[in-house]
Amino acid sequence: MKEIISFLNKYGYLISELVLRDIKKKYRRSILGVFWSLLNPLITMIVTAMIFSNLFRFDITNFPLYLLCGQIIVTFYNESTGFAMSSIIENGVLLKKVYIPKFVFPLSRVMSSCVNLLFTLPALFLIVIVTTHSLPPATFSFILPLFLFFLFCLGIGMLLSTVAVYFRDIFHLYGIFLSLLGYTTPVFYPESIVPEKYMFLFKMNPLYYYLSAFRQAVYEGHLPDYGLIAVCVGLSAAALVVGTYFFRKYQNNFILYI
Amino acid sequence: MEPVIKVEHVSMHFNLMEERVDSLKEYVLKFIKGNLMYNDFIALDDISFEVEKKDMLGLVGLNGAGKSTLLKILAGVLKPSVGKVEVKGTMVPLIEVGAGFDPDLTARENIFLNGVILGYRKKFISEHFDEIVDFAEIRDFIDVPVKNFSSGMYARLGFSIATVVQPDILIVDEVLGVGDFRFQEKCEKRISEMIARGVTIILVSHDITMIERLCNKVIWLDHGKMRAYGDMKTVCEEYKKI
Repeated sequence: MKEIISFLNKYGYLISELVLRDIKKKYRRSILGVFWSLLNPLITMIVTAMIFSNLFRFDITNFPLYLLCGQIIVTFYNESTGFAMSSIIENGVLLKKVYIPKFVFPLSRVMSSCVNLLFTLPALFLIVIVTTHSLPPATFSFILPLFLFFLFCLGIGMLLSTVAVYFRDIFHLYGIFLSLLGYTTPVFYPESIVPEKYMFLFKMNPLYYYLSAFRQAVYEGHLPDYGLIAVCVGLSAAALVVGTYFFRKYQNNFILYI
Repeated sequence: MEPVIKVEHVSMHFNLMEERVDSLKEYVLKFIKGNLMYNDFIALDDISFEVEKKDMLGLVGLNGAGKSTLLKILAGVLKPSVGKVEVKGTMVPLIEVGAGFDPDLTARENIFLNGVILGYRKKFISEHFDEIVDFAEIRDFIDVPVKNFSSGMYARLGFSIATVVQPDILIVDEVLGVGDFRFQEKCEKRISEMIARGVTIILVSHDITMIERLCNKVIWLDHGKMRAYGDMKTVCEEYKKI
């Protein structure tokens, strides 16, 4: 604990500057700026909702909210891990010049994606209020699965940023993997349409658990199941351990390959 | 006197592949052909020395002798394959100044970003902001993205940010070759001021007159080995003979 405090004391400014830089760069010279973080998921949600409530009809009550929950989780995963993956390579010049603890880079990338996600929350609550005319206090328990999901993405991001240094093909492979992952996550379809024999796909997909817990809070308006949270805790811990292990093992050689 | 830098039996090996293998296809092809060979390249071979407080250590040697590798190890950027390095006190590396700038951000934003990267406090940067800007002479361009800067402005800003503190140890790698002669004089003056205040300097330069002017001790590196180490005059005279 003492180490964490002294670390934050020393590198907290650096992390906040790096996060700030990512956000500044993302919205530099755009007129609406940060509002895009709010508008983007809303517009995507509206378009997707229009398509799916006319073309394919699923038996889902309050489809817009169902959809938005799924989108937020999947988008955050795609953005944060993809962004973290390139963090070491893109900051190569810096790493060659001064000593900085290297995991600051994937961390700050996942954090800036998280800040983006926080900007979309007003849109989410707006949809909750408009569609259900209520905002039960249990909705705010979404913080817990979201926090666990953040740790999960951090672990995966550290792993990917390590792999990317040695194996650049990962950038192309990961895009394919992400679209596969996206389809095996129940974002726009109900779980019930998947036949029993394919349910293992959900069970293998970590995103499924976080999304379920997130939906229980926001969409169903009650506290997430303990069992589900326990699974999320396990997944986050596993991702962090694996990510940190590989990152630490290889970080001293990064500079020779970037 | 107690040493501020202690280098013990440091060696640096690089696994240089014959060619860089960047993709799976190449990797598989090379693997099948059996020529995925690693070339062990020894950049530094068993280097040991100590630097005492207020020493001005010069590093000389021909290209590829391992000077920059040694500096990077001292700065903590590279980790030596064998041996250990102990450094006491704060250190400012003047290696490729301005390399850490983000081209899309303005000079103002980059001063803060680069400052925190070098480990300064935000408050400290705010307090010394004007000093940095004035020394770099970029007052009129403070809100311009640095990608529009000339290389001289780039280097001036980098040097100005890096030297605004009084570190215990200053590492200088050929940076003084940038900018016009007037700015070079300014840089040397600032370094002299730091020397007067008791900084320890490690300097790499091909300009032997500069080493003679500033240093009291010299290390001569030759193909990763330490060929000579000691008093400036003796080592420099030997070095000039080749």
